[in-house]
Amino acid sequence: MSVNGIVEVPAKKERVMQFGIFSVSDITTDPTTGHTPSENERIKNIVTIAKHAEEVGLDVFALGEHHNEPFFSSSPTTTLGYIAAQTETLQLSTATTLITTNDPVKIAEDYAMLQHLSGGRIDLMMGRGNTGPVYPWFGKDIRAGIPLAIENYALLHQLWREHVVDWQGKFRTPLQSFTSTPRPLDGVPPFVWHGSIRSPEIAEQAAYYGDGFFANHIFWPKEHTQRMIGLYRERFAHYGHGDPDQAIVGLGGQVFMRKNSQDAVKEFRPYFDNAPVYGHGPTMEDFTRETPLTVGSPQQVIDRTLGFRDYVGDYQRQLFLMDHAGLPLKTVLEQLDLLGEEVVPVLRKEFAALKPAHVPDAPTHASLLAAKTAKEEVSA
Amino acid sequence: MKQRTLVVVSSGLSQPSSTRLLADQLAAATVADAAERDIELRVEVIELRDLAHDIMNNLLTGFPPANLRKALDAVIGADALIAVSPIFSASYAGLFKSFFDVVDKDALVDKPVLIAATAGTARHSLALEHSLRPLFAYLRAVTVPTSVFAATDDWGSDSADGFLQSRVSRAAQELVTEIDRREPVEIVDPFALNHSFRDML
Repeated sequence: MSVNGIVEVPAKKERVMQFGIFSVSDITTDPTTGHTPSENERIKNIVTIAKHAEEVGLDVFALGEHHNEPFFSSSPTTTLGYIAAQTETLQLSTATTLITTNDPVKIAEDYAMLQHLSGGRIDLMMGRGNTGPVYPWFGKDIRAGIPLAIENYALLHQLWREHVVDWQGKFRTPLQSFTSTPRPLDGVPPFVWHGSIRSPEIAEQAAYYGDGFFANHIFWPKEHTQRMIGLYRERFAHYGHGDPDQAIVGLGGQVFMRKNSQDAVKEFRPYFDNAPVYGHGPTMEDFTRETPLTVGSPQQVIDRTLGFRDYVGDYQRQLFLMDHAGLPLKTVLEQLDLLGEEVVPVLRKEFAALKPAHVPDAPTHASLLAAKTAKEEVSA
Repeated sequence: MKQRTLVVVSSGLSQPSSTRLLADQLAAATVADAAERDIELRVEVIELRDLAHDIMNNLLTGFPPANLRKALDAVIGADALIAVSPIFSASYAGLFKSFFDVVDKDALVDKPVLIAATAGTARHSLALEHSLRPLFAYLRAVTVPTSVFAATDDWGSDSADGFLQSRVSRAAQELVTEIDRREPVEIVDPFALNHSFRDML
């Protein structure tokens, strides 16, 4: 919490790399039982899952935003605020916040509010959203997705950094003498990641601002992620924010674990075969080979995850998709136990040992505040 | 001697297939004609049957598995294309269409293409004009005027020197003319931005 402008953050948050989970908030029938959770059941479950993520020692919980069935998470700040009140150290984030169809003024207000209430434990991941019909519901057009992402974020960035804003753009009504309230906690805007699966413009945007870049890393082969991250790192340096290996990179990932690898394969297969997005397509073996999906023992997950560094370099945040495709709550919580107890402690140690000193740690409110204070002392 | 790349896409389903037979004849005639004009053609044949599962998986997942990626890269890097499909139910084979559904929409812009088809009877011949030609027009390829259709009759013993052969030669000549007057294809990096971010702001 913030006391006299000094933020006490548990030492845990100073960790080199952050590990956590992200949820797309899908309501999917469990293919093994035929059970479809109600919205209420799934919403309650997500709170349980987030709290358990903290209990098992994970750092981050990120929640998606959707405005269409079969997803429940239309109002992520409400959910994240509720979770913030019941957790102590968990960093809360989004996956993603729709920078295209949301009003950037409302994003500035909502997330600054959440930042205050959570004691600085929030950041955001910006995304465009890929569902065409959603855009017109908010008076927008998917064909303007990139220009919307660029203009809206430029305004959001300004609202969090300038007290009084005069602004005029193409997509929203102009602002005259507008102040977004509350102001960011300690004058430090929430950290922003930009997520995109395939648009180099978004990697460029992240690089331009010196923000983080998050690669979904679930649906596409690693070569693709490698190119996107490579582009972002190169452009991050081009815009003068540091060396390419000092850019702030996050990766998604997807795992299913059991102590015995064959048990994991057997149990996860019906969920894989019927999953939204890739179900009824490639075999689980094909998809495991072609993408970063790992189904097996905790040790296999450790080995595969450590390998991500070989093609993206040292990175700051690793999020796993855990609660999708109709997996029951009990299973998801067991997966979190394995992640928190067996996988992440090893990953923390191994990644930290490999990381050179000049590569920044994962950004937190405390680290951003320290950087701001140091900068102000230099200029004073 | 100029060096260029010719990619042949064949979507015959049986093995051996008359679609592949026609594709090979067209490729051979194109290579021979090109050689006469001092162009060395490197030929790569893509049998879509071998990629059938990968193509469907790409449609379902949004990304090409490794072998299909290689085929798509070959199409992108080709200086010319020969595309041959059997005619099923009055149009190209679904496999043929599905392959071009996962080819990047800009991959064929200004690329010379020779279209050809096979079927049981000559009554299907106009499928080339009402199905294949519009498909490649949409993809903004440069489809040569002569398309080549081969029905079962054309493979008969008395047609070795017949009408099919003259069409194959003419189509090959037209394709080589288009290859000859172009610079080698330039591959555009999909990750490259062609404008600065400040201009986009």
